[in-house]
Amino acid sequence: MTPETSSAETTAQAPWQSNDTAAYAPTQQRFDWGKALPLVGPVVLLLIWDLVVRFGLIKPILLPAPIDTLLTLINGMAGPVLLPHFWVTLERTLYAFAIATAVGMPLGIALGSNERAYRSVEFVIDFFRSTPASALIPLFLLIFGINNINKVAIAAFGAFLIVIFNCAYGVINARKQRVAAAKVMGASRWQIFKDVLFWESLQPTFVGLRSAVSMALVIVVVAEMFIGSENGLGHKIIDAQQVMNVRVMYAAIMAAGILGYALNVLFLALEKRVVHWSGR
Amino acid sequence: MNSVINGPVYADIPKPAFQPGPAGTHITIRGLTKYFAGWPLYENFDLDIPKGKIVSIFGPNGCGKSTLINMISGLVPIDKGEILFDGKSLKDTKIGYVFQNYREALFPWMRTIDNIAYPLKLEGKNKNEVDRRMEELVASFDVKFDLNRYPYELSGGQQQTASIMRALAPKPEVLFLDEPFSALDFEMTLFIREKLQEVFIQTGTTMMLVSHDLEEAVYLADQVLLLTKRPTSIAEILHYNDPRPRTVATLSEANFVATKKRSLEVFQREVRR
Repeated sequence: MTPETSSAETTAQAPWQSNDTAAYAPTQQRFDWGKALPLVGPVVLLLIWDLVVRFGLIKPILLPAPIDTLLTLINGMAGPVLLPHFWVTLERTLYAFAIATAVGMPLGIALGSNERAYRSVEFVIDFFRSTPASALIPLFLLIFGINNINKVAIAAFGAFLIVIFNCAYGVINARKQRVAAAKVMGASRWQIFKDVLFWESLQPTFVGLRSAVSMALVIVVVAEMFIGSENGLGHKIIDAQQVMNVRVMYAAIMAAGILGYALNVLFLALEKRVVHWSGR
Repeated sequence: MNSVINGPVYADIPKPAFQPGPAGTHITIRGLTKYFAGWPLYENFDLDIPKGKIVSIFGPNGCGKSTLINMISGLVPIDKGEILFDGKSLKDTKIGYVFQNYREALFPWMRTIDNIAYPLKLEGKNKNEVDRRMEELVASFDVKFDLNRYPYELSGGQQQTASIMRALAPKPEVLFLDEPFSALDFEMTLFIREKLQEVFIQTGTTMMLVSHDLEEAVYLADQVLLLTKRPTSIAEILHYNDPRPRTVATLSEANFVATKKRSLEVFQREVRR
């Protein structure tokens, strides 16, 4: 961890360390092919894509060459074609996510710590969690009208259900023995809640937050496509498709993919930092 | 048939007046009754636990050894009966508990030292008092590993050592140990067993130890409490008085061997019953 702890360890564990370096030395000298494995998939995919276009198996008007698409993506992200849309989509997603978390997390933890309360609303949560959020878009149109709030609201709603469900289950499934340990030490209900249940629920909560942000992005993009929108990646995709500008369409799709992937990686990294004990 | 064999246990005594245990009793259990799924596990169970002694609990599978200490420590609610610590209720008594599964007993979100200090924080002790107590504990346990680490960074034996330190931190009147060694390898078991003996010699804390290892149960104990199959009653209480510190040599001494042999006889008699 910190430099001082590691220096304290070196005296006690000196033989261990020398063993380690000796064992790993030979592998470090050679190129580590294992690290290149994740690149195999994308490279093969791009290769197939390129060959399909090169041999004319699919018309270029439906599928542009990967190089052209990537160039369009890079240029688009560097300029006004994609970048503003990218930011707008990101902004809406984060707003929706923030609302979902701010409301869902406290509510989920509260419901989870009172199992009777959770059981009484479980059906409602499960029902709406199972309802495709996009099916509710017309309803939200009625309530909020055609504007920016609508898109954020529906995405927040979908994400909220995931957050509340995961938080509640995290608390309900907290290790009974840790609760017992706190109880036997004389912890009050509130102390058990803030010192044990809250922390126990963090890991499932983070799983929930990660799926929630993905869900928010999905709904935001769908909403941008179909709720009279003037910006956002969803709007850009459908716009480009309408005028058969396939390069921009593919580039916008990729931009949305990059956004989703980046959010996922970000949340995984955050989870690893906050819930450092997870899986140990 | 059952009722004949277990006749005395089932005898319905009209609720007796509270009978205090003999002098030197720490925990008095009277009329303890506990049903599991409609079946009696304990029924009108009486027991006196002496003060400043180690009592090992040994008995057939499923007779409720752990349940007994869990009821005394308040982790499992009782259906009927009374449990008093020096005449006080559990609420007014400081206890420590060491779980078998140290992995799920320590809090992985706290550093090990914070885990050990946690019961003191619950008591509202200030930083100075906590620090002083931690110094004492670290010295008396002769801790060699880094307490700034998180529990999951320690070995099983180190984690269980930390669990015992946590249980002892608030200077409890009674220490409960639920099979504290069974998740450890042999080397660590020996090590922690000795530590526990040292702590007992230093502090004289009353201890109740559930064990599935007869040798260990006798080795650590002043009294071996042998239980029957359910509905559980006391099969026999064996006294074992060899002086401490007990060592490897103790294991081959006549008194130890005799106590262990007698325990085994009673155990086998109860299992076959």
